[in-house]
Amino acid sequence: METSTAMTAVQAHEHPRLRELKFTLARIFRNPSAVIGVVLLSFFIGVAIAAPYIAPPKYAHAPYKMPHKGFSPTPKAPSERFIMGTTSGQYDIFYGVVWGTRTAFKIGLFVVGIAGFVGITLGVLAGYYGGWFDEFLMRFVDIVWSIPLLVLAMTIVVAFGRGLENIMIALALVEWRWYVRVIRSEVLKLRNQEFVQAAKLMGVSDCKIILRHILPNSIYPVLIMGSMDMGSMVISASFMSFVGLGAPKGYADWGQMVALARNYIVGPSNDPLQFWYTIFFPGICIILFVLAWNLLGDALRDAFDPKLRRR
Amino acid sequence: MAVLLKAQDLTTNFYTYEGAVKALDKFSLSIDHGCTFGLVGESGCGKSVTVRSMLRVIQSPGVIEGGKVLFSEKADAEPVDLLALTEEEMESVRGDSISMIFQEPNAALNPVITIGDQVAESFLFHRVAEMSQKICDAIDSGESYGLLTPYYRAMLGVAAKNPKAPLLKFCSQVPFLKWWDKPVKKEALQRAIKIIGKLGIANPEEIVTRYPHNLSGGMKQRIVIAIALACHPTLLIADEATSNLDVTVQAQILQLLNDLKKESISSILLITHDLGVVAETCEKVGVMYAGTLCETGDVKDVFSTPLHPYTQALLTSVPKFNQEGELQSIEGSVPNLVNPPSGCRFHPRCPKAMDKCSTDKPELKELIPGHLVACHHADRVIGGLS
Amino acid sequence: MKKKIIELKGLEKHYPVFGGVLKRQVNSVKALDGIDLDIYRGECLGVVGESGCGKTTTGKAIINLHAPTGGEAIYYPEDGDPMDLAKMSNRQMKNAGIRSRLQMVFQDPTTSLNPRMLIKHIIAEPIKEQEKLSARELEKKIVSILEMVGLSRMHLMRYPHEFSGGQRQRIAVARAIAASPEFIVLDEPTSALDVSVQAQILNLLDKLRKELNLTYLFVTHHLLVVKYISTRIAVMYLGKCIETCPTDELFSNPLHPYTHALLSGIPNPEVAAEPNRIVLEGDVPSPLNPPSGCRFHTRCPFCIDVCSREEPVLLDVGNDHKVACHRQDVVKELVKEKFGIEGYF
Ligand SMILES: Nc1ncnc2c1ncn2[C@@H]1O[C@H](COP(=O)(O)OP(=O)(O)O)[C@@H](O)[C@H]1O
Ligand SMILES: Nc1ncnc2c1ncn2[C@@H]1O[C@H](COP(=O)(O)OP(=O)(O)O)[C@@H](O)[C@H]1O
Ligand code: SF4
Ligand SMILES: [Mg+2]
Ligand SMILES: [Mg+2]
Repeated sequence: METSTAMTAVQAHEHPRLRELKFTLARIFRNPSAVIGVVLLSFFIGVAIAAPYIAPPKYAHAPYKMPHKGFSPTPKAPSERFIMGTTSGQYDIFYGVVWGTRTAFKIGLFVVGIAGFVGITLGVLAGYYGGWFDEFLMRFVDIVWSIPLLVLAMTIVVAFGRGLENIMIALALVEWRWYVRVIRSEVLKLRNQEFVQAAKLMGVSDCKIILRHILPNSIYPVLIMGSMDMGSMVISASFMSFVGLGAPKGYADWGQMVALARNYIVGPSNDPLQFWYTIFFPGICIILFVLAWNLLGDALRDAFDPKLRRR
Repeated sequence: MAVLLKAQDLTTNFYTYEGAVKALDKFSLSIDHGCTFGLVGESGCGKSVTVRSMLRVIQSPGVIEGGKVLFSEKADAEPVDLLALTEEEMESVRGDSISMIFQEPNAALNPVITIGDQVAESFLFHRVAEMSQKICDAIDSGESYGLLTPYYRAMLGVAAKNPKAPLLKFCSQVPFLKWWDKPVKKEALQRAIKIIGKLGIANPEEIVTRYPHNLSGGMKQRIVIAIALACHPTLLIADEATSNLDVTVQAQILQLLNDLKKESISSILLITHDLGVVAETCEKVGVMYAGTLCETGDVKDVFSTPLHPYTQALLTSVPKFNQEGELQSIEGSVPNLVNPPSGCRFHPRCPKAMDKCSTDKPELKELIPGHLVACHHADRVIGGLS
Repeated sequence: MKKKIIELKGLEKHYPVFGGVLKRQVNSVKALDGIDLDIYRGECLGVVGESGCGKTTTGKAIINLHAPTGGEAIYYPEDGDPMDLAKMSNRQMKNAGIRSRLQMVFQDPTTSLNPRMLIKHIIAEPIKEQEKLSARELEKKIVSILEMVGLSRMHLMRYPHEFSGGQRQRIAVARAIAASPEFIVLDEPTSALDVSVQAQILNLLDKLRKELNLTYLFVTHHLLVVKYISTRIAVMYLGKCIETCPTDELFSNPLHPYTHALLSGIPNPEVAAEPNRIVLEGDVPSPLNPPSGCRFHTRCPFCIDVCSREEPVLLDVGNDHKVACHRQDVVKELVKEKFGIEGYF
């Protein structure tokens, strides 16, 4: 009747959700950095999926173990056989970089998945119901907030032994506190919104209100944060590996490979860049991986910015 | 009466994602000295854009594409085109000759600065030279400002001639020396207290030490008015200044504006969507629709014999004291100005529309002396009569 | 014989104010401080007053959106025994089958509609809570409701942001009537809208009330709007009801000085009118520490000694007209004497 009939003439038969999705995607991809992010990310996903074909594992039962020829501590420069060279202990850098992609996704998805799930559930419940549960949870979060990640990681490693899994658990154990805070503050804003009150007046149950009204309107900041976290968790895990808490020696993990290159970052005094490949390939992977997620997160933030939404 | 402000063919576009929003289309308006002019229209029809364009404070995707805004502060002076001034010259016009009050007092007041400092600010911006001169005279005639009196006298002597002198700027950066402006600040605060007191606020000495959040909505709006009036502007623009207030507070503010007009300001441009406010406080009125002026003239003429179908519809859609029968409403809503209707912008909603309306844009014509209308229908009816 | 639908007896709503280190309650905002009011079936009761005087709080307390802190709100169903809503929880109301009979339409349609739901789902929500319908029947019902508020099938699959303000308010009204209510609180339903659209919504609401036999509590600060749509008016000041009477009576024979001030403050769009204003001094006092005696005495132009000492009771003066003022019998002459106002037409 009143609204711009011109606009609807073309799009009328399209399902509105599709239209909305298209609009959001158009907004995301208007941003060149988003395009770069998505391209980088697709590249990493491709590598991760195709890992068994790009770099066939030597031991089918343990593909994450990097194969090595010999034990010499001196890295070897890229050659026909090892196109990215070998690192200290003669581990194949190319193999490690390829399978390390899978490890990176594993770390990101696991940590963000667990932290996000726990954080969102607790945050929504605390924000929506408030009261003593909210009070209790927020004090508990304050306590978690005071635990240094490194100390927690060391404790877990001392208790359960060295391994990537333990590091991932340690990261998830501290990371959820972010999600609780963010989603709780979103829910607090929404809880007294008039559309939520209207739903209450109609006798809609709390469970349906949360799923239908609260979550869809509060999830976007969490998605943005999750996207950024995918990258930063990989950095944290790499750092743990670098200080010797994470993946064991020889595990296909970028951080662990950087750790292996530790003594060769600067070569002999006559040729300081002699062993550049030991640090360059895993290092650049970490940087690009984090960059990809950050670009994506930034683009999402712009696209979901409520101030920019059409009215 | 002499013309104070005259906008001619003002055109403003907003370049947005969806296309160019043609918010003002050859808009013309003129306000006389000593007149209270009401500008009415539905929301989104460009009232705020009009005044923002005239003062050149349009926000970012907006561009003033053309037109003139002729302003003659003295009745017999040669008018200046505000759109042709430099930004610096414009800054001295804003707040000094023309002031503006917005709808939201909270947006206009800084929450972390006391009321007194905020009102004094506007004196410090526009009136340093005059105040310095006054203090110099006071010192010359024997008044003492403490130990530093000779220093104050020297510095203020400079400030009285040129408040932007490099020496003053330099001294303001140096510890101790930067206190040269203390007497001026004190004087500004005194003036602030005086003007706040004039606005009917009890014990202004106490109010100036408060922060905005300690005041009620009506009180805040009065402070905003005090800031706007500080430098005795020739034209006061009030953009929906009373729309958020209750009738009782609105009555206070409108009475205040009326009293002020008699003594200190020359003209008021009152923007509102409340026809009742216009009927009671204004002498002239302009009715806007979708970026164009459709009708203007004396309030009595326009409201008692509206000629434009839009004005007629607007008047029948508000409830009245002696309302009889159903309210009439205008079908549809303000069009999207990315693709404004051709011809007369009102024709898709107009009950009197003719073929000509969708093709030709009606001109603003003086159909009855002092009563201008842009409508083909009115043109035909009145033209046929005379 | 008029039948009551809701009767308020000393209804109270105090919002606690916490302070100090231990977050103890130090005071309370007396948003609603003992209000007595009868609402009859099929009427439209207008509630007017300055902002902050507790109009919205009244509406929300009656339908138990914010639980009252004291007093009674008795609901008389058409079938069955009266119940005290003030003592019931949301769940109890749902179990008694009366939750959806009391609805509310909010001031701003932009915030009262979920921006991520389609119109179809917004209207379907209350219907689904009440009956199980097949998808086809449900859609049919939704369309019939949309048509009732002047929208059509074509609007089903759209998001709220694709509508104009007036249309959004129609959707909000549609959602309220989809719950098949008996009583609707309308909280300033036209204040966020344009004058030209306001008339559409007012006419729609009036039509729906007559067609569906609804009862309205119409909250507004706009007296001419309330005059147009209401059958009876209650004037509120600082959490108290100070005058109630039929609409025409209020405009022809106002008794409370505050009502006079409100009426004389209305800007009249008719240019012939000669405005004579009662301009009140100062602002509404804080509901944290309301004045003693008559709450209006700090601003009342006719205040006498007794006003600051004793609180006037809401007195029935005949003609279905109740007023709470110590000087109600002489106010009219005082107004004429001091301000030269004889009437408001
Ligand atoms: N910053 C902006 N960006 C895009 N369009 C704008 C902007 N500001 C105003 N407009 C457009 O200009 C028109 C007039 O707006 P405005 O002057 O604010 O209306 P009013 O004050 O009469 O309610 C509207 O159609 C609006 O869409
Ligand atoms: N949730 C709340 N917490 C504390 N005070 C409130 C709350 N809601 C309203 N109030 C206070 O109650 C008083 C009445 O508010 P309200 O009913 O919204 O007034 P109205 O609708 O008449 O403008 C106001 O002083 C307001 O500050
Ligand atoms: S010009 Fe035509 S369309 Fe426009 S208002 Fe007049 S009659 Fe209506
Ligand atoms: Mg505006
Ligand atoms: Mg309210």
